[in-house]
Amino acid sequence: MTIPLILLGLTALFALLLGVGARSGHAMGLEEWTVGNRGFGFVLVFLLLAGEIYTTFTFLGASGFAYGQGAPAYYILAYGTIAYVIGYFMLPKVWAYAKQHHLVSQPDFLAHKYDSKTLGVIVSIVDIIALIPYLVLQLTGLGIIVTAAGYGGISNTVAVLIGAVVVTIYVVVSGVRGSAWTSVAKDVMILSVVLFLGIYLPIHLYGGIGAMFEEIAKAKPGFLTFPAKGQSVWWFVSTVLLTALGFFMWPHSLASCYTARNANVFRKNAIVLPIYQLILLFVYFVGFAAVLKVPGLKGAASNLALFKLVVATLPPWVVGIVGAAGVLTALVPGSMIAMTAATLMSRNLYGALNPQASNDQIVFIAKCLVPVVMAIAVFFTLTGSSTIVTLLLVGYSFVTQMFPALVVSLFPGSGATKQGAMAGIIAGVVVAAWLTFSHATVGSLLPFLPQPIQDFNVGIIALIGNIVMLVAVSAVTKRRVAAIAE
Amino acid sequence: MKPFQFLAIVPCALMLIGPLVHNKLHPFILDMPFPLGWVTVWIVLTAATMAVVYAIDPANKGGDR
Repeated sequence: MTIPLILLGLTALFALLLGVGARSGHAMGLEEWTVGNRGFGFVLVFLLLAGEIYTTFTFLGASGFAYGQGAPAYYILAYGTIAYVIGYFMLPKVWAYAKQHHLVSQPDFLAHKYDSKTLGVIVSIVDIIALIPYLVLQLTGLGIIVTAAGYGGISNTVAVLIGAVVVTIYVVVSGVRGSAWTSVAKDVMILSVVLFLGIYLPIHLYGGIGAMFEEIAKAKPGFLTFPAKGQSVWWFVSTVLLTALGFFMWPHSLASCYTARNANVFRKNAIVLPIYQLILLFVYFVGFAAVLKVPGLKGAASNLALFKLVVATLPPWVVGIVGAAGVLTALVPGSMIAMTAATLMSRNLYGALNPQASNDQIVFIAKCLVPVVMAIAVFFTLTGSSTIVTLLLVGYSFVTQMFPALVVSLFPGSGATKQGAMAGIIAGVVVAAWLTFSHATVGSLLPFLPQPIQDFNVGIIALIGNIVMLVAVSAVTKRRVAAIAE
Repeated sequence: MKPFQFLAIVPCALMLIGPLVHNKLHPFILDMPFPLGWVTVWIVLTAATMAVVYAIDPANKGGDR
């Protein structure tokens, strides 16, 4: 069982060398460290965007979702495509404004558009609360992968610590270039591993993909279509639309858009990324193949479906390669999240309090904060706090609350004010947090509505509250400004 | 809204309408259950549509800024 361990160790070392080597020839000022001096072409931006899409959540979560829930997992495939179409029209405008004003983070954008440092601070705090659990998820996934693929030869604690150290070193040294270049290795690995598993396992175990689905449908009727209630087709449609809006609102996603050399990079990516997304299909196939072959995994254990099946079916050296690919799916997004969180703390919190701080001071503090952010994430990962799981659910709905204020700011005559943007974001975040912690659904809150609306993703309520506050408070503050002017 | 922008919405809408109209296992599309196969086909067609939108979008005529 030493072969998988050697492969995992080599992968960590390779990622470290590639990440650190990515620095060569670039002096790491603020704009270089955070957004690669806005010089990335189509391929590097593609890899950065793809790097965030295929995280450990995709590898373990999407296969586990398909294994545990069946059809509702299809939403993960659909929302990215719609997000890319939105991105085609939205990102060139965001990018051009960010370039013109030397913006390096998502709070920068909103603070500058609405001319309000306070708004920038509010957005940063919400972003950081959303990012830390996301980083914890990557480290938790890393621990699961290394323990499973190493046949228990490396403990969870050691795996998480090594992963955190590797990421910290190359993020501090190379910034976003480190993430982009380790992304190259990750995408090659994950693409080959997922294609192989998704085609080989159904054929080997069931005689084909169609035959596999027929067999599952016979054993578990209704598993491959949406249920009539709960996670119904209406849940599917509302969830796809809601998550598509939130997609580019993750601060690290928006920041990686700033790296582009020109606006056409996004338009071309809107053509290619939907196709690339289809590798998710093969992740589903592995999850579905596990349904009848490694049954009985419940709750969080369903995330182990992919590895249980691989360990049960394939020789150790293949397990090692699958594990190595899995390790990279944790390291690359982890590095971008850690860098973004540190940048937000330094530039948008420290920088807002100390306006005279130079860019060199900001980037120095950000680099010092990377190990701090990683240490916090490692702490939550190893203590396994259950609150963090709830925070993670809330994270996506938190960042989605930036969407109305950001989109409205792209239209100059919209009349949205900074007070309106703040009120909208705060209202949306408060409602989203309350909905998550109380486990409310649209049906439990408004039981008199027709069934399709009861099944809508509950996050829509937070977004509606946000938009209502944005419009109402903007209208009031604009009138007051007009009255003072008279 | 310009006509080519409307064009981009069409495949997205059709992708989501399919499972709403026909949430059944059969017929299989590309060896997959109907809702999954339908979404897959429209993802490919969305990419194709975006290629057309890219070709006719006047914003690209100015070349790289």
